[in-house]
Amino acid sequence: MSDLLKYAIELVAVLLLALGIKGLSKVRSARGANQLAAVAMGLAVLGLLINYLGTTGISSAAWVWIIAGTLVGGVLGAITAQRVPMTSMPETVALFNGCGGMSSLLVALAAALYPVALDAAGPVAVVSIVVSVFVGAITFTGSIVAMAKLQGWLSTPAWMQSKGRHVVNIALAVASLVGAIEMLRNADSGTGLWLLMAASGLLGIGVTLPIGGADMPVVISLLNSYSGVAAAAAGFVVGSQLLIVAGAMVGAAGLILTQVMCNGMNRSLVSVLFGGALGATTATGGGGGEYTNITSCSVEECALTLEAAERVVIVPGYGLAVAQAQHTLREVTRVLESAGIDVAYAIHPVAGRMPGHMNVLLAEADVPYEQLQEMDQINPEFPATDVVLVLGANDVVNPQAKSDPNSPLYGMPVLDVQDARTVFVVKRGMSAGYSGIKNDLFELANTSMLFGDAKKVLGDLLVELKDLGLGKK
Amino acid sequence: MFVEFLWVLLLGSLLGLELIGKVPPTLHTPLMSGANAISGITVLAALTAIIKAGDNTVVLLLGSVSLGFALFNVIGGFLVTDRMLAMFSRKPARKENR
Repeated sequence: MSDLLKYAIELVAVLLLALGIKGLSKVRSARGANQLAAVAMGLAVLGLLINYLGTTGISSAAWVWIIAGTLVGGVLGAITAQRVPMTSMPETVALFNGCGGMSSLLVALAAALYPVALDAAGPVAVVSIVVSVFVGAITFTGSIVAMAKLQGWLSTPAWMQSKGRHVVNIALAVASLVGAIEMLRNADSGTGLWLLMAASGLLGIGVTLPIGGADMPVVISLLNSYSGVAAAAAGFVVGSQLLIVAGAMVGAAGLILTQVMCNGMNRSLVSVLFGGALGATTATGGGGGEYTNITSCSVEECALTLEAAERVVIVPGYGLAVAQAQHTLREVTRVLESAGIDVAYAIHPVAGRMPGHMNVLLAEADVPYEQLQEMDQINPEFPATDVVLVLGANDVVNPQAKSDPNSPLYGMPVLDVQDARTVFVVKRGMSAGYSGIKNDLFELANTSMLFGDAKKVLGDLLVELKDLGLGKK
Repeated sequence: MFVEFLWVLLLGSLLGLELIGKVPPTLHTPLMSGANAISGITVLAALTAIIKAGDNTVVLLLGSVSLGFALFNVIGGFLVTDRMLAMFSRKPARKENR
């Protein structure tokens, strides 16, 4: 095959990938853009295979390994993508991302062990290998830790929240550097390679583990950017320009997305990465403490209040998603709407566990897109709202964020639900929110707690509302 | 060759910085997921390693496992993104039918 054709295919692939990323940032074009990027990826693979078939040829042994890897990875990926519930989307993205990092790491490892086979000798190749191993390992372990934390398989050990962790992480970074230098000094020595791999892998864990759950989406986005960098470095290792462009593009775009997400949460990237868990400082500082003045009420009372309301705002949170209650919620709101009650959903920028996550979940339950209102839009409307129903949300409705400068939440944008006439909070128990901080909202006079699983409470509520004669039309 | 690669890296990064300006919060999760699938482009590196490996079994094995991880990322990433986005695109279509 001529070089011209090879470059033409690569150019088209890059163009389509760029258009894909661009299109993904607009609601209208997003789905097509995603498919476009998938086509571009297929084209790139096809181009590479055709190119080698036309030049060096591909041995039958190579085909066997290619097909084996393709089948295992492709089938597992497809099954995972079909099976995962929409609620665990953040974890899934983290898992996929970690695997991308692992892939770059393994290629670099092969190149480091057998530089002759992959023409990866010389200082430039070694530097590429070092970068690929370092970033790849951090991406892999960091993403896996992020996934485990979001799944609730892992919690942060106490010492990791102390300042001591910085010392450990700096030591690991230095160890990685020593390994890298050793690899550059003596390319044949395996010691440097293994030291670099182990130290950077541990560094990925050490950096990610102390980060609080609320900040995890930002971290996943950042790690996503890293996996782009790892891919670009792998491109240097095997000498593929297409890989370098695509990797660099994802790396840079991921960085921008991370910044956008930080802005949405009113957090700086530095405080996300080095500030540690939000709850860490609250054990002694302001914002902690016991609840003293809680009003709880029955589902029946809640139904009666709802019946008398003219405007109801629903604040959905992760607890709703966990209970898989979005469909029951939709039933309840249908009944309210049929009785002429105005219903809206207040979507906090980080509702769910990731920006946009709650929109996906509610869309799944057939909630009309127009009823989803963003925070800035709905906050001025709370004083004119009769009833607010908070479902499994906690930190995003904590008035402390505006009233208490000592609170770790201070400055975070929140929904001003306390301005409404009545607030019902559906919650399983009095446990703290994801950040581990006490919520002043629960003690306010106009707040009533409805204890129970969101799905069960909503189911009971639905029965009560129907008993009251709503939704019979 | 190396300098050429550096240019490619630079231009690719600049392109990436320009691509995303304003993203509605609704799309943060799908965009992240889609970009993540694209970062699985390391399939190309894995394939190159396998093809160039000759009869070196270790490189073949590492390449193949690497390919598996990368494709897990690519296929899973694109499909899951599509699943998410399908839920958004359903709405306007139905409204027009009403």
